[in-house]
Amino acid sequence: MDKVQTTPNINKERIKQYLTEGKRFDGRKPDEFREITIETGVSKNAEGSAKVKIGKTEVIVGIKMNASTPYADSSAEGTMMVTAELLPLSSPRYEAGPPRFNSIELARVIDRAIRESKFIKFDKLCIKEGEKVWTVFIDIYSLNDDGNLLDAAGIGALVALKNAKIPKYNEEEGKVLFGEHTDKNLPLSEDIPISITYHKIGDNFIVDPTREEEDVSETRLTIGSMDGIISSMQKGETKVLSVEELNTILDKVHNSWKNVFSKIEKHLK
Amino acid sequence: MTNKEFIRDDGRKFDEIRPMKAKVGVVDNADGSAMFQFGKTIAIAAVYGPKKMHPQHAQNPKKGTLRCAYNMLSFSVEDRIRPGPSRRSTEISKITQWALEPVLMIDQFPNQVIDVHINILQASASTRCAGINAAIMALAHAGIPMKNIVSSISVGKIDKQLVVDVNKYEDSIFDEGEGATDIPFTFTGDGKISHLQLDGKISPEQFKEALELAKNGAKKIYEVQKKALKESLGEK
Repeated sequence: MDKVQTTPNINKERIKQYLTEGKRFDGRKPDEFREITIETGVSKNAEGSAKVKIGKTEVIVGIKMNASTPYADSSAEGTMMVTAELLPLSSPRYEAGPPRFNSIELARVIDRAIRESKFIKFDKLCIKEGEKVWTVFIDIYSLNDDGNLLDAAGIGALVALKNAKIPKYNEEEGKVLFGEHTDKNLPLSEDIPISITYHKIGDNFIVDPTREEEDVSETRLTIGSMDGIISSMQKGETKVLSVEELNTILDKVHNSWKNVFSKIEKHLK
Repeated sequence: MTNKEFIRDDGRKFDEIRPMKAKVGVVDNADGSAMFQFGKTIAIAAVYGPKKMHPQHAQNPKKGTLRCAYNMLSFSVEDRIRPGPSRRSTEISKITQWALEPVLMIDQFPNQVIDVHINILQASASTRCAGINAAIMALAHAGIPMKNIVSSISVGKIDKQLVVDVNKYEDSIFDEGEGATDIPFTFTGDGKISHLQLDGKISPEQFKEALELAKNGAKKIYEVQKKALKESLGEK
């Protein structure tokens, strides 16, 4: 059977066994990411876009904006919406159809990482109080799934937001001039929120799993943080974590953030 | 960092849980059911199964399947919510399944499914925690073998102050200083974490304090659940 579709048990056992000696199939250390490459402006009609590759995993994130009515409880603040689609072209595991749980969770975890970190300054996205505000759509698509889509999507969202230009807006008619952009960037905070997912395999923890490693993962914890301050968390899958294990992960958060930040820093200027 | 004298908007101390109520056997038709209440937040859960999984191709020959559905009634909140599933409820349903499954001996039921339906009758924050607390009691009531029960509780950070069992004000209205942080936890009876989420802003050091608070709070919930389960068996 195709290795991409299902990971054979023999590989799963070997992955676990290797990790007890701190080794991985591709020679990485448990806390080491694969190479990250980033391309921006990959879709010119989008307000901003980014293609992120982590090893063989590839996602594309695009930003579109539209003027809309604000929510009643925050009449002078812009809004945001994150969606994710796991494209059938990106893996034999995905099928066309309405969103399944995996894509809903991906979108919601990224939504919270961006929203809770206050990365987008929504109060500066107001056009006319109570009437018109900007809505920022962050749309995530998988192009090739070789594990760790979560972290790749988070980086993609960051870079695409940094890369975005606000569209032109006709105040008299109250209409967005789609396709025409101002030279204004989105109002973003200086603090960079990065989500990093820790996976538990046997008694060991790794980051940035490949597809095969993700298949062996028994539980995962995604932590969104900014230079040492945690802003979002989500535990996934059915195995428990002990308090000690959780504390060990917490002690790693800042270093993991610095490590990923140094790899993507030049695309965040 | 945590001020032990702090008094909250509803008069509670920082580590005080809202008055809890738990009752087993609230839906007669179900194989097991329970209600759990934190102050104004009320959740009921009903269990149907184990029963044969349909369609057949969804059967798992290695272990049973736990299927959870979390749903808020349209009038359970101040602004009516559209009935039916949403992205939020889909996620909470899955989170609930993950929170419960570690203690269930689900491998005893190959090819079968256990359905857990959770409905929020009235919401004032911490609804997923109340739902999980009700669900595990309903599962116990249905006689599903389990190694332990789970207890779920939220810890909040209001500006710099940690509090347990956040209410509506602390969850979605408070917005001063460092703002509000919400951390729902679920612990197994032996103190392991089966569910954890976080929204807000907190340092790893203060998070560790929050974890201790949650652990102590979960013990109190455990006692309430245990008492209700015993009462349902006619024990004191």
